Amino acid sequence: MRYSALRILKEGLTGNKGWKPVWREPDPKPEYDIIIIGGGGHGLATAYYLAKTYGIKNIAVLEKGWIGGGNVGRNTTIIRSNYMLPGNEPFYELSLKLWEGLEQDFNYNAMISQRSILNLVHSDNQRDAFIRRANAMFLAGADAEYATADQLRAELPFLDYDNARFPIKGGLFQRRGGTVRHDAVAWGFARGADAMGVDIIQNCEVTGIDIENGSCRGVQTSRGAIRARKVAMCVAGSSGRVAAMAGMRLPIESHVLQAFVTEGLKPVIPGVITFGAGHFYVSQSDKGGLVFGGDIDGYNSYAQRGNLPVVEDVAEGGMAIMPIIGRARLLRSWGGVMDMSMDGSPFIDRTDIKGLYFNGGWCYGGFKATPASGLCYAHLLAKDTPHEVAREMRLDRFISGHMIDEKGQGNQPNLH
Amino acid sequence: MIINHPLLGPRDAAEFIYLGDAALIDRPDWQAEDAAEQFHAYGYLRDNVAGPMQELWYHEQGDRSWLVVTRDTLTHEITNVELARDVARNRGRSV
Amino acid sequence: MSQVNRIKGGLIDRSQTFSFQFNGTQMQGYAGDTLASALLANGQTLVGRSFKYHRPRGIFTAGSEEPNALVQLRSGAHQEPNTRATVAELFDGLTATSQNHRGSLKHDLMAITDLMSPFLSAGFYYKTFMWPKAFWEKLYEPAIRMSAGLGRLSMQEDPDSYDKGYLHCDLLVIGAGPAGIMAALTAGRSGARVILADEDFTPGGRLNGETLEIGDMSGQAWAAQAMAELASMDNVRLMSRTTVYGAYDHGTYGALERCTDHLASANGKPRQILWRIYSKRAVLTAGATERPIAFGNNDRPGIMLAGAVRTYVNRYGVTPGTRVAVFTNNDDGYRTAADLAAKGVTVAAVIDTRNQAPAQDIPGMRHIRGAGVVDTKGRHQLKSITLTDGQMIDCDALAVSGGWNPNVHLTCHQRGRPTWRDDLNAFVPGDTLPTGMAVAGAANGALTLASAMAEGRDAALAQLADLGLKASPIDLPRAEDEARDGAAVWHIPQSKKRAWLDLQNDVTVKDIKQSHQEGFRSVEHMKRYTTLGMATDQGKTANIPALAIMAECTGRTIPETGTTIFRPPYTPVPIGALGGRARGQEFRPTRLTPSHEWASANGATFVEVGNWMRAQWFARPGEKGWRDSVDREVLATRGSVGICDVTTLGKIDVQGRDAAAFLNKIYANGFAKLAVGRVRYGIMLREDGICYDDGTTARMGENHFVMTTTTANAVLVFRRMEFARQCLFPDMDVHLISTTDAWAQFAVAGPNARKLLEKIVDADSQDMSNEGFPFMACGEVTVCGGTPARLFRISFSGELAYEIAVPARYGNSMMGALMEAGREFGATPYGTEALGVMRIEKGHAAGNELDGRITAHNLGMGRMVSKAKDCIGNTLSQRPEMNRDDAVKLVGFRPVDRAIPLIAGAHLINKGDAVNMANDQGWLSSVAYSPSLGHSIALGFIKSGDTRMGEIVRAVSPVHDKEMEVEIVSAHFIDPEGSRLRV
Repeated sequence: MRYSALRILKEGLTGNKGWKPVWREPDPKPEYDIIIIGGGGHGLATAYYLAKTYGIKNIAVLEKGWIGGGNVGRNTTIIRSNYMLPGNEPFYELSLKLWEGLEQDFNYNAMISQRSILNLVHSDNQRDAFIRRANAMFLAGADAEYATADQLRAELPFLDYDNARFPIKGGLFQRRGGTVRHDAVAWGFARGADAMGVDIIQNCEVTGIDIENGSCRGVQTSRGAIRARKVAMCVAGSSGRVAAMAGMRLPIESHVLQAFVTEGLKPVIPGVITFGAGHFYVSQSDKGGLVFGGDIDGYNSYAQRGNLPVVEDVAEGGMAIMPIIGRARLLRSWGGVMDMSMDGSPFIDRTDIKGLYFNGGWCYGGFKATPASGLCYAHLLAKDTPHEVAREMRLDRFISGHMIDEKGQGNQPNLH
Repeated sequence: MIINHPLLGPRDAAEFIYLGDAALIDRPDWQAEDAAEQFHAYGYLRDNVAGPMQELWYHEQGDRSWLVVTRDTLTHEITNVELARDVARNRGRSV
Repeated sequence: MSQVNRIKGGLIDRSQTFSFQFNGTQMQGYAGDTLASALLANGQTLVGRSFKYHRPRGIFTAGSEEPNALVQLRSGAHQEPNTRATVAELFDGLTATSQNHRGSLKHDLMAITDLMSPFLSAGFYYKTFMWPKAFWEKLYEPAIRMSAGLGRLSMQEDPDSYDKGYLHCDLLVIGAGPAGIMAALTAGRSGARVILADEDFTPGGRLNGETLEIGDMSGQAWAAQAMAELASMDNVRLMSRTTVYGAYDHGTYGALERCTDHLASANGKPRQILWRIYSKRAVLTAGATERPIAFGNNDRPGIMLAGAVRTYVNRYGVTPGTRVAVFTNNDDGYRTAADLAAKGVTVAAVIDTRNQAPAQDIPGMRHIRGAGVVDTKGRHQLKSITLTDGQMIDCDALAVSGGWNPNVHLTCHQRGRPTWRDDLNAFVPGDTLPTGMAVAGAANGALTLASAMAEGRDAALAQLADLGLKASPIDLPRAEDEARDGAAVWHIPQSKKRAWLDLQNDVTVKDIKQSHQEGFRSVEHMKRYTTLGMATDQGKTANIPALAIMAECTGRTIPETGTTIFRPPYTPVPIGALGGRARGQEFRPTRLTPSHEWASANGATFVEVGNWMRAQWFARPGEKGWRDSVDREVLATRGSVGICDVTTLGKIDVQGRDAAAFLNKIYANGFAKLAVGRVRYGIMLREDGICYDDGTTARMGENHFVMTTTTANAVLVFRRMEFARQCLFPDMDVHLISTTDAWAQFAVAGPNARKLLEKIVDADSQDMSNEGFPFMACGEVTVCGGTPARLFRISFSGELAYEIAVPARYGNSMMGALMEAGREFGATPYGTEALGVMRIEKGHAAGNELDGRITAHNLGMGRMVSKAKDCIGNTLSQRPEMNRDDAVKLVGFRPVDRAIPLIAGAHLINKGDAVNMANDQGWLSSVAYSPSLGHSIALGFIKSGDTRMGEIVRAVSPVHDKEMEVEIVSAHFIDPEGSRLRV
């Protein structure tokens, strides 16, 4: 069913009775070409691009709960490509370009809104680092813009310029950055994949990975065994648990990141703003809630919830740069399980087990990567060679010493 | 969270800095034949336990003790707290 | 307007009349009113507009679950959006305005969206607004954003202050209703440390809104008496106006106390206090929330929950109308009818969905059984209702009761899932509760007064016993204990008109059905697709009916269909309160250097360096800009002598028999053979082999070293050394103390440095000659006639230089003494800028270079990483990709056109190559104008830089739209042989 204003008109006039399910609810077949473990944003995007770009449609996406219920359903919805390193920036720029055409591509309005992202600068060192990053963005074909404090004051007069502990000295804009209606991304990819024949199977938990003579042959699930030529892990915070079924240890720890939304407000801020001297970033949703977050709690956790010190730390950051939000009320907080990698960058790679593939390590930045992650993973699954922009995202990079460490924090996941 | 410090009693976890898996105590021998592989595993690979996990916390805003805390990563329940130095000695790290 | 709906009785104080304004209209109410009760008293039934369709809405509840009656409270910078009128206490002079309408509240132009609702059903926006592509951001989205949202921020800084506090107790009781009071009394009388917190300003919970009796007195009187007893106990802390908003790990709770929100002005006091409560045990006695029944046009002003009607009638002495109908599926609704009648309010009819019910007809009242409401009339105020049999009943208010939901919210904050109870048609707390929590009373499904009180008492007893505290059961007074029947009726299917579930977000029964039809069948999908339960009330009244309707659609039971769990906070918490005092200049602590006072008095401009404030430069009269000052400071230092406070560098005292061996593990280069009285430069690696800090370490004695770290890494280095000491080498005899704050330290640099210091260092304490105290010497000395000090002959500037340290309390005097002694040499204080310029001129790596990705190999110091010993990071630093021949190397750069300033952050591209990532050769990391050389210079990294001296490459900065040619040169711009250091 194609969506359009005309269709809405027609359905509206006939009582909205003709809408069809956005995806089918198929029973698993005994065998597929490819099984994707994990019906999150990345898994669904992978299925979508496998079917659409690489013509492989005999695919199952297995989801233990409901699709889109992981981090794609609980994030702060930011898209951007303001990375610095060659292992990252071209990948994220591809992702941003895919976002830019995504809605027309999958015929679903995910409310992609390029309202800009701004990283505030509070010291000369930070400015130098941001200029280096901005130039790297240009080198990769992205956009960037450095604004002075005076320019910011004119554009965003509500920030604290005069009484700040760490004065605002400038900021790095990426005007093409912005936000997306996150749930709609999962639903749009699911709908598109389903329409091309992909089986999306909810409430189907993978309980084992079948490995015979060093090759992966399929999976055991709560709904029975399913065979496949290739099995693709794509489970973010659950990476460690799923990989353990194949006897693998990963360069990943699972951590909790909290995020927050306020009650609905008339427009307050135009784009995404991140504080460079504390842990706080914020945007405003189309519904009017200020969506904000900060640092991860810092300890390993699968509990999908965090604790008060970080809640307060984030609010302090918010009040430090935007004291106008003091009377806005925090409505809801939630926690997601982040697949924090050892250098802060992800993996899209084969494993040592033939037929078993891995996608993970997205830290708290996986949402913006969704389309490119799906496309590059699909490329790898289809061709068995890494996609051009994901060629550094290898599992063995710590053996060779080729880290992709944007924050320069080293092998401690909770610092990335 | 509250960590029951073996010397100081219950303290808010906010006084501590978290490092990670207590396996970081088991630093390999640099002269081992497979030192490169061992250090790669030590530095980069994690069990990433879903359940009770032994982990290192540092009482930075306190007495500077490194502690080994046994905490369930699914529920955050803490069942044991020891001085890391004692654990290290028990694991044979005495010189 | 007069108080047309005010009736007799209630807990209000009629001797205190308050004037207030709503939408500019002056009205009056009494002390003890909420804004909602006062508005009702004044006959103001229409109070707001809904989110999506801008439907006229009235007051729906009498508590914090209110979805409709949200107002913009107060004015100017004090205004707060989305304030629930139902919990806002009235005060004299209160002003409030309604929200979310264009034009007047009564004639909202945006109400046109309601007419278009057939085209705006659940999720419509995912299916359109995609063509043409550019229109989403230019047209559709701005329009949506303007009409979305509810209240407004003032866009001014929040003028109020907020405090934070920490409390400890044996037992935290959450909710001061009958169960909570019994729990607190039980624990209080036993001597346990108790906190009883309640969100209301009058404790008592439902007792305040009901006409129930306890023993021989009214429920309100019993509550007041019990609270008086609790107030007299030293071991009990009563906290009214305090919402426990979140249950966190290990018995920690977040609570918000509203201290001055009920007053016209905070008068300089904190507006609210954010409490963190550490409880050993807790009892949740949060009561229950009534739920509505969905039927056609069930959202009109005048339609209210039945329990809320009782609260207005009994507690506030206000009736929601003059002719009130009651619509119920349970016995509880009859109470509303009885209470209304008792106050002389006409009850139009009692409509019960059940054909038969235990509840008896109330004499003289019209009862209609086995019927439901299917439609209502009255745009701005209810006029009539239509029943399933077609009859119309005139009424201006309708009390609706669909049964009660236990307030399980806090039990879910640690991902606990409630369980379904068929006998109650409700979810009750599940098996997995937050650590240390018990649940009692209505929150636990004990819906009669007697059972709630018994549960409250017994829960406290059990919790105290668990703690090993002795307590004896207190007497249970006589109270109502009649089980109340109710039917599982969630909506009236015969309704043809839209039946509303989420009143704020405008989600209807039909939307839920459409959600099912389109495959959004899991509860979470349904919520996300329809936005049900996402409004400011988080679906407190809407979630369960919606779940029941989804269950109907799927043909499964409610528990099979799912449940919704709740996340913190229970009710919204202002960000200001969560931030507390940490804002403005107090956002983070400020650390001042020992010579801060001297620097302030001598023209210093300060700069934030982490939490430190350091002198950046010292401006002199006549200097036009910072460059004038910095250039002068550099030239004066290189020309004669300069002085800089370098206290902020981390200092770590390392002592013990194994101190040298320990440092050998910490530093990449060797320290074991460093002679006593000598200093050595060292680099430190992380275990992954990356360079992360450098500095000098002095051997003051055989078993005593003094280490310096960079300012930024002072804490981190110490932490990692403690890790190594306790976890990796637990039996080394080594002890560490951070002495960063204990010693004030000054760099004295320049050709006249020795001459200056000879006047400061007591001659008998140290031979200052080049031979007696050569480059890289250190020692304990005395200064200024006996003051103990440490002297190090080290240099960051590249000049003959020393660092001298004195106990921090002498720091400010020391600065003065050094300047006085240096007067004859024209000694110049210099700040961090000049320090930075001189280190760039000397090619020293600093923070811009040590960015966490750089190896010793990149710095050209690969050979410093000793292969003869183990050290942190040694093994992993040998990985192949980190030792490539074409790795970037630290070198210097100068502009080919000397007049051009270089740009830090510019990337390097070979001549003739296209500017893209594949051709990226490196970058400029640090840039300065060198007053010594008279042109701009840079440090930077470029592939194989050490072999490319003299080569010309392009430094491009597309973000500035600039490009320039630069020459690769040695990073040592000044005195590359280091001869000045050794004179």
